[in-house]
Amino acid sequence: MRKPISIFAPTIAALVLLLAAGCDKENKTIKIATQSPLSGAMSVIGSDIKNGTQLGIEQLSEPLTKMGFKVELAPFDDQGNPDTGVANAKNIVSDPAVFGVVGHYNSGVQIPSSEEYHAAGLCNVSPANTNPKVTERGYLEVNRVCGRDDVQGAVGAQFAKSKNIKTAYVLHDKTAYGQGIAEYFKKEAEAQGMKVVGFAGTEEKANFDAILSPIIAAKPECIYFGGMFDQAAVLYKQARQKGFKGMCLSDDGFDSPDASKIAGDALMQGAGTYFSTVAGPAAFYPDTAKFVADFKAKFGNAPQPFAAQSFDCTAILLKAIENATNANGGKLPARADVAKAVRALQNFKGVTGTYTFNAKGDPSVGKYFIIQVTSPDPAQWASNKIDQTLSIAPPK
Amino acid sequence: MKESLKSRFQDFLVFLDRGRTPYFVSIGLIILGFALVYLSPRSIPGFLVFVFAASSIYWLKMNKAVQLGLAVFLAVVLVPILGARNVFYLEVIFQIAVFSALALGLNIVVGFSGLLNFGYMAFYAVGAYLWAFFGSQQPYLLHSTVTTKALNTPFFLAPDYFYLFIFLGVIVAAILGLILGLPVLRVRGDYLAVITLAFGEIVRQLANNLDKPLNFTNGPQGITPIQRPTMPEGVLNLFNQVIQPVVGHRVTDNQAYNILFYLIALLVVIAVIVITYRLDDSKVGRAWTAIREDELSAGAMGINANKLKLGAFAVGASFAGAMGVLFAASRTFVSPETFTFLQSVGVLTMVILGGIGSITGVIVGATVVTLLNIQVLQSFSLYLSQLRQSEAVIPIIGFHWKNLSNQLDPTKYQRLIFGIVLVIMMIYRPAGLLPAARRKRELGGNPEDKDLEEKGA
Amino acid sequence: MRNFMGSVNVRQILLPIGQMAIFITGAGAVCSGVMLVLALLFRGSGADHILQATQGVGILTYTLNSLPQVLIDGVTIGFVYAAIALGYTMVYGILQFINFAHSEIFAIGAFCGVESLIALNGLGALAKASAMGSFMYLGLALIIGMAAAGGMAVLVERVAYRPLRSSPTLIALISAIGVSFALQDVIRLAESMTSGQFYRVIPTFGNFDEHITLFQIGSTVIDIQVKSVVVILAAVIMLVALNYLVGSTKVGKAIRAVSQDKHTAALMGINVNAMISLTFLVGGSLGGAAGVLYALKFTRIDPFVGFMPGIKAFAAAVLGGIGNLTGALLGGMVLGMIESFAGAYLGTYTMGTFGAEYKDMVAFLILILVIVFRPNGLLGEQISQKA
Repeated sequence: MRKPISIFAPTIAALVLLLAAGCDKENKTIKIATQSPLSGAMSVIGSDIKNGTQLGIEQLSEPLTKMGFKVELAPFDDQGNPDTGVANAKNIVSDPAVFGVVGHYNSGVQIPSSEEYHAAGLCNVSPANTNPKVTERGYLEVNRVCGRDDVQGAVGAQFAKSKNIKTAYVLHDKTAYGQGIAEYFKKEAEAQGMKVVGFAGTEEKANFDAILSPIIAAKPECIYFGGMFDQAAVLYKQARQKGFKGMCLSDDGFDSPDASKIAGDALMQGAGTYFSTVAGPAAFYPDTAKFVADFKAKFGNAPQPFAAQSFDCTAILLKAIENATNANGGKLPARADVAKAVRALQNFKGVTGTYTFNAKGDPSVGKYFIIQVTSPDPAQWASNKIDQTLSIAPPK
Repeated sequence: MKESLKSRFQDFLVFLDRGRTPYFVSIGLIILGFALVYLSPRSIPGFLVFVFAASSIYWLKMNKAVQLGLAVFLAVVLVPILGARNVFYLEVIFQIAVFSALALGLNIVVGFSGLLNFGYMAFYAVGAYLWAFFGSQQPYLLHSTVTTKALNTPFFLAPDYFYLFIFLGVIVAAILGLILGLPVLRVRGDYLAVITLAFGEIVRQLANNLDKPLNFTNGPQGITPIQRPTMPEGVLNLFNQVIQPVVGHRVTDNQAYNILFYLIALLVVIAVIVITYRLDDSKVGRAWTAIREDELSAGAMGINANKLKLGAFAVGASFAGAMGVLFAASRTFVSPETFTFLQSVGVLTMVILGGIGSITGVIVGATVVTLLNIQVLQSFSLYLSQLRQSEAVIPIIGFHWKNLSNQLDPTKYQRLIFGIVLVIMMIYRPAGLLPAARRKRELGGNPEDKDLEEKGA
Repeated sequence: MRNFMGSVNVRQILLPIGQMAIFITGAGAVCSGVMLVLALLFRGSGADHILQATQGVGILTYTLNSLPQVLIDGVTIGFVYAAIALGYTMVYGILQFINFAHSEIFAIGAFCGVESLIALNGLGALAKASAMGSFMYLGLALIIGMAAAGGMAVLVERVAYRPLRSSPTLIALISAIGVSFALQDVIRLAESMTSGQFYRVIPTFGNFDEHITLFQIGSTVIDIQVKSVVVILAAVIMLVALNYLVGSTKVGKAIRAVSQDKHTAALMGINVNAMISLTFLVGGSLGGAAGVLYALKFTRIDPFVGFMPGIKAFAAAVLGGIGNLTGALLGGMVLGMIESFAGAYLGTYTMGTFGAEYKDMVAFLILILVIVFRPNGLLGEQISQKA
């Protein structure tokens, strides 16, 4: 019974070490927290959600710094796991210096975590959670700058229709994001009179041989993939190698120069490769181009999907905090006022678009671009061609 | 030097257990810990002192009744007060409770009866999906897909069926444990590891895929909202009357739910601990040990190994089932992402890190891993990330923190640290933090003494 | 020359090749047979009608047409699994423990191989390479990948497993899990330090992406990619070489002796530690080579790339009978076939109700069934009580 006490010796040592960690008592600090998977396989995207926010704080916190505040980033690793996400959310909520959360990547983590933000009145702007349920709850605190699955899937189908596609094979990555988009694509495609010759999900990341056999046999004019580029590009490449000649169509998860690094020439073959996104190609939007250049200079890699959206989330939060602080006579506002200030923003111009939030927290008009990949060279990704632009309001 | 340190330490231990000292030490620690957390709700050292104080009740030699009283006072009065001040700590304690129950359940399978199980999360998933299905609108949405709007669909069951479903979760998970147990009778060792691994994967993929032909699980979208048991109006008001002056603000509905779930989790864990203790000490427990050590000889002694192995699987699974139901209700959301192979490995790690076969050890293991995972490592990396945004300089070498490469961001490498901790632990403390008495003997020598020697040297 | 040939046991080379041929035809024939029976049974069913309506062929023709392609895909992935499974099975054979970190060793091999190819590409060497030259470069990448993975495996054994050799295997298992976590992040750290990103894409070079037409049935062309041929050939050479090393050399004999009884082996003058290190070296470098081949075949790798193939290869090793080299091959082949068949036909046969997403589940389910009815794997021997 007595001996085990010895294990507490290191614990006490650790305590002393950590003493500094818990003590931050400046009330002139404003923290923006991020929650995204920073470890594990999803961290490719997750780290850039954090990095986009970091860049946003560094470039855009000047108005607040002038008022005498220090804006800090508090990055959290939600591990793509709801348990960790909720625990982090409670941790974030309990730190009074945090005035906004940028996150998450997984809707499965965002939905339970945002219950905590809601309970605490803390404003969350999501760069990547496209699941309709995220905003269907109607929380004042929950907003997003990205599109909705139901809209984006439909946009893809309408585009396919406009290109005279008659048969489509729909695949998704078995995540809430990919499956949602794929389901809405299928629904709209059928409503438009197209034929969906197959619908399947796969968690496979590398070996699409088995899945491609029935696809090639069904000879669709278009393969739609709901999910991220790291799967989609590999799939398209293997499909082309198996002789697929039709159109490759995907969603905003495809918007990364690394897609062409993976698939290269395969993207040019057949009827070409298209994807829908809310962020226009950088070459046509000077703000976006600047963001991409700054991001590369700072972090050494091209921004992954949702990095630019995270930057915008940060911009929105900082602006709202600034407005709320001004309204409060230069003193730090209440959290609820920040949430209200976010909703009060009108036509806020970010690098991925212009934002006004509706009563649910969706951007009131979603502008969607359908972009055609025009070069197998990753360096040319920014000059991809806009094929169509569609403005669609989210469902009421 | 070595000798004197060691003996001084032992003198200290003896002193700690003499006469009234433990009472003073324990109560003093509790007051200190409580005060620290109460006054500075975000201080991590304060919280760790509090956890340390709580465990001191167990370690110090005191009158059983006093121990029990202190423990109950701590768990039922102090923790909720602190939890109302800082929801995060309550969450940490809640997760410690949940994972303790899971680890104890796995301990029965792996620790007591020596059957390796890599798919333990499957039972947790079954419990969670059981309540997620019946406690939500899902039974009315069997024919719907993602694209159909489920507005105005009524809930299938009244929220208070939740309490019944904790028991149903136990039963269903136990039955599933029996089903998984059947192949176990024929295989042994690492084959068992593969079967359980495959089983865990199958359950997760079923959860991910069963949105068609009939929509049972809503696939990757997950099921939400899931009902929580109703909070009686009077209770919250009464609670607020008593506690508001102490907490300093009104306890909101959400916080009250956090406290409620914490208390339920606590009850379940206590039940689990009691059951585990009784089993460990019983004929069944000794038979499990016998099977673990040598199945042939156990058989020769008249032990029905098959029946007992099945029993181990069923009992172990049932704990996870109960916790699953609780998990679904507390999160109001369930999706397949929670029940991965890595999570199963995580629980296994808790068991082995804490001390396989030892009940206290397993709880300590669950506590340490949970703390590391959601608190210590997170705050460590937050602290470093704060340093990077400040003007701080590493003294001697004159290195500016902000010049640290972005790629070296510590937030990203928690798993690296966790992995190294695991390896070091296994090399220097192979029997776990608090080994079961039998394991200690098996592994030869007294790890405690070795440990001390190393420290002294 | 004659002397040299005399010392090489030709039988030891031909035997495994023969075995492979038997396994591949066997597994292929069983799977195809089952499929054809199913196709016959499904004639006239809803699935048949849908196929008739959409593609104008009956289910039997459909199955027959696609069968060869599915078989080829199955064999290719089967060889990849087999090559990884060898690493698990060798370590298991000698230490009776699951080297959980093998999937990361695999990833390290893949990364080092791909990095060297990227470097060569940067120098412009790949673009200019002739057909022969591109094979040379691939060979170089394979050797680099094998060396790195083998070296890392030895290091891991020395640091994280050797101190635990006398402990129960569960302890070593947790240590292995720790190593696995740590290595994932080490790769991630190392890779992101250089370019900010931690995944890599193998450069396109040579004629590996081209197709060789094998034969034609009606309008369906059955072809195989050059890189699939490379994967298969490389795996066959590795398997044969390993079989020879373990079966017919003095070192191999020593390894077998150590795996049977370490104490007695030590008494016979065998350096047990050296043999265990050697086992890790060989197993690790096979894993590394498999990693490079995997990257070649499937293009993109990240530090977590080893996880799924690792689990499946582990399952394959157990399926064949863990600790048994030929078993690993058979297990890999069976698993690869099942996966390929399930992925290709499940959706069609169930009219989309159970699509390709169930392919892993089917593989795991069959795995469970096999183990339940053949508790020691397909080729395993009765393992001892203590194992």
